Amino acid sequence: MTRSAPTAQAAISAESMRGPVAGAESKGESVLGGGPPLDLSRKPRVTESLIQGFLYLCGAISILTTLGIVYVLGRESLLFFANEEVNLLKFFGGTEWQPAIGRFGIWPLVTATFMASLIAMAVALPMGLCIAIYLSEYAPQRTRSILKPILEVLAGIPTVVYGYFALTFMTPLLRGIFGRDIVEIYNTASAGIVIGILVIPLVSSMSEDALSAVPNTLRQASYGLGATRLETAVRIVLPAALSGVAAAFIVAISRAVGETMIVAIAAGAGPNFTFSPFRAAETMTGHIVRISGGDLSYDSIDYNSIFAIGLLLFLLTLSLNVLSQWIVRRFREEYE
Amino acid sequence: MAIHRQQTLSQPADGLMPSGTAYHEQVAARQRRGRTWAIVFQATMLSGIVALCALLLNILNQSFGYVAIVNTIDPTELAVDGVPLNELPKDNLVEILEANISAGLMRRYENDMPFTERSREDVHDLILERVVEPQVQATWGLFDSIFARGSVFAEAEEQFPGSDVYFRSWLTTSFISKSQSSEPLRAGVRTAIFGSLWVVAITILFSFPIGVGAAIYLEEYAQKERLLNRLIQTNINNLAGVPSIIYGMLGLAIFVRILELFTSGAFLGIGDQSTANGRTIISAGLTLGLLILPLIIINGQEAIRAVPNSLRQAGFGLGATHWQVIWHHVLPSAMPGVLTGTILAVSRAIGETAPLVIVGASTFIALDPSGPFSKFTVLPIQIYQWTSRPQDEFRNLAAAAILVLLILLLSLNASAVLLRNRFDRSRAIA
Repeated sequence: MTRSAPTAQAAISAESMRGPVAGAESKGESVLGGGPPLDLSRKPRVTESLIQGFLYLCGAISILTTLGIVYVLGRESLLFFANEEVNLLKFFGGTEWQPAIGRFGIWPLVTATFMASLIAMAVALPMGLCIAIYLSEYAPQRTRSILKPILEVLAGIPTVVYGYFALTFMTPLLRGIFGRDIVEIYNTASAGIVIGILVIPLVSSMSEDALSAVPNTLRQASYGLGATRLETAVRIVLPAALSGVAAAFIVAISRAVGETMIVAIAAGAGPNFTFSPFRAAETMTGHIVRISGGDLSYDSIDYNSIFAIGLLLFLLTLSLNVLSQWIVRRFREEYE
Repeated sequence: MAIHRQQTLSQPADGLMPSGTAYHEQVAARQRRGRTWAIVFQATMLSGIVALCALLLNILNQSFGYVAIVNTIDPTELAVDGVPLNELPKDNLVEILEANISAGLMRRYENDMPFTERSREDVHDLILERVVEPQVQATWGLFDSIFARGSVFAEAEEQFPGSDVYFRSWLTTSFISKSQSSEPLRAGVRTAIFGSLWVVAITILFSFPIGVGAAIYLEEYAQKERLLNRLIQTNINNLAGVPSIIYGMLGLAIFVRILELFTSGAFLGIGDQSTANGRTIISAGLTLGLLILPLIIINGQEAIRAVPNSLRQAGFGLGATHWQVIWHHVLPSAMPGVLTGTILAVSRAIGETAPLVIVGASTFIALDPSGPFSKFTVLPIQIYQWTSRPQDEFRNLAAAAILVLLILLLSLNASAVLLRNRFDRSRAIA
């Protein structure tokens, strides 16, 4: 390999006069600037490969975490179902959860979870969507820059604080409105409403992202045809952003199902098969927290049972999250 | 063609488009509907803010207010020669203490720390604790205390005759500096604050390097089309949506149980061997580390992706290796974004309660944690435990602890916002 550009050669040889390269040249190794032919093939760099290997491991830890979750929940659940007192039929068919007397029907916990989530969604979905439409379509830039951080503050408050709020504010409020005889001290309604307040920022910020991503040309075309602001927002922008809004709703449901501290504090302790929102009932997450809060001995049926509930919870939230990702991918409207 | 279209526009099909008064009525109705909904949207936004205000005011309301207290011995009876208790010199105070408590207890205090070395305030506190023994009878909220002062005093007089009613702030410096106690008037959050700091330190040490490393791998090294890398990416997105309680169960099974030898400190021979188990600070920190890892990775990826490609190409053009480009060029300019994401993730970890209940935070410890292998409690756990107790005064304590937690989180978030703003400005200049 010969070098033909004299200027480059001059520059490089001037460089090699004062650098460590000069020494290398004398040893006759491949150096820039003439001499023996250059070897430009890739050199093995040990440190670089080591670093890359380490970084790869960092990425792989996330896979290990998932495997760990599946292994732990699966193993303990298998132990739970291997117990002679338990079988799948009783687990999914029973309406009584009393581990002390060998009743393991999951339904009281599931109905309480669904009831709290349903109430939460009745609060969060309409409110979150209205706030998103307001922020994206109505609010002036200045107002939006003040309001969005406020919603972020709401999202950053720890859930145990919301639990306190449910117990010391929402429950007395409900009892004041509906009467102390009807509303028990611990009830799913108060927990559900507060979970709703908790997920409003999630719904509104995800929906607002989806709404803002709709190109302005669509709005201008709509205004040009004489549509009002409301008609543009609801009939043009919202349908165009529907996949993002739907994904936000599903993520919110998943968040509400997995919410723990609010129900642990405000919804009551003790599984109760009821459909009244004003009665005390224990959700899946609330039950796990109460059981593991006490002194729990390993390999007892109580210990294994919380992992079975955890597995159900994990599968439920995972499928909701996967569904929301699928909706975004499948139904996204591309305008660019 | 154009003429034809004009004709069709000027002559609308019959029945499809209203005309005359019907047209004007319809326009008016549409505008009315638009205005109504605009008000609805604004009202919803407002009610969201009202909810936030209600939450904060509720906590403030519970943190301050009148309390009715009954003393076993009235402090005025302890006055010597007309000098009230809180102005007496130390010698008199020691005499009072000796006269009112048993000799055994006196000897125990002497053994803990000789009275000659104790300060006057210390002895004064002991008298309040052991002799005066104040008991909270009832508490009132801040708003009742301000706006219905008369009825508060009337109620206290009627229900708790002979009680002292005074205005008390539950959030005081001694609340922050005192350790846990079963007496609400003397309880504090020092153990919990130290516990939180220890746990969060472990969390950061674990999750920051690994999270940033994974983000670098995924953005700089991974070939996106390979199945394994796509799997890692999808997996991280899904992990971010797993409920925190599941991480708690993972931590219980892996760190507390399977790795008990390490997490209890037994392999180093430190920690209290008799009660050693895996329910320690390090288990809690690692569990929270796994919990916030996906958040740090996702935020880190976004920050690294935002670094312009020209920077990398310039580095490669000068002959830098891949790692040199990342270490000297990509990482420094991505760092503010990475740090902002990390601070937000850490503030999530500080407020997290459920996984730590499951990992096994202690229900009552009065000793400060001494290292990663001690038992622990953290601020949110303390709040949860106080909230779960039926007595009103513990609710007040919980409210004060919530204020401490919120102030901590607020300062963290403010620093994240400042960092982001500074980053935006410096990028605008560059």
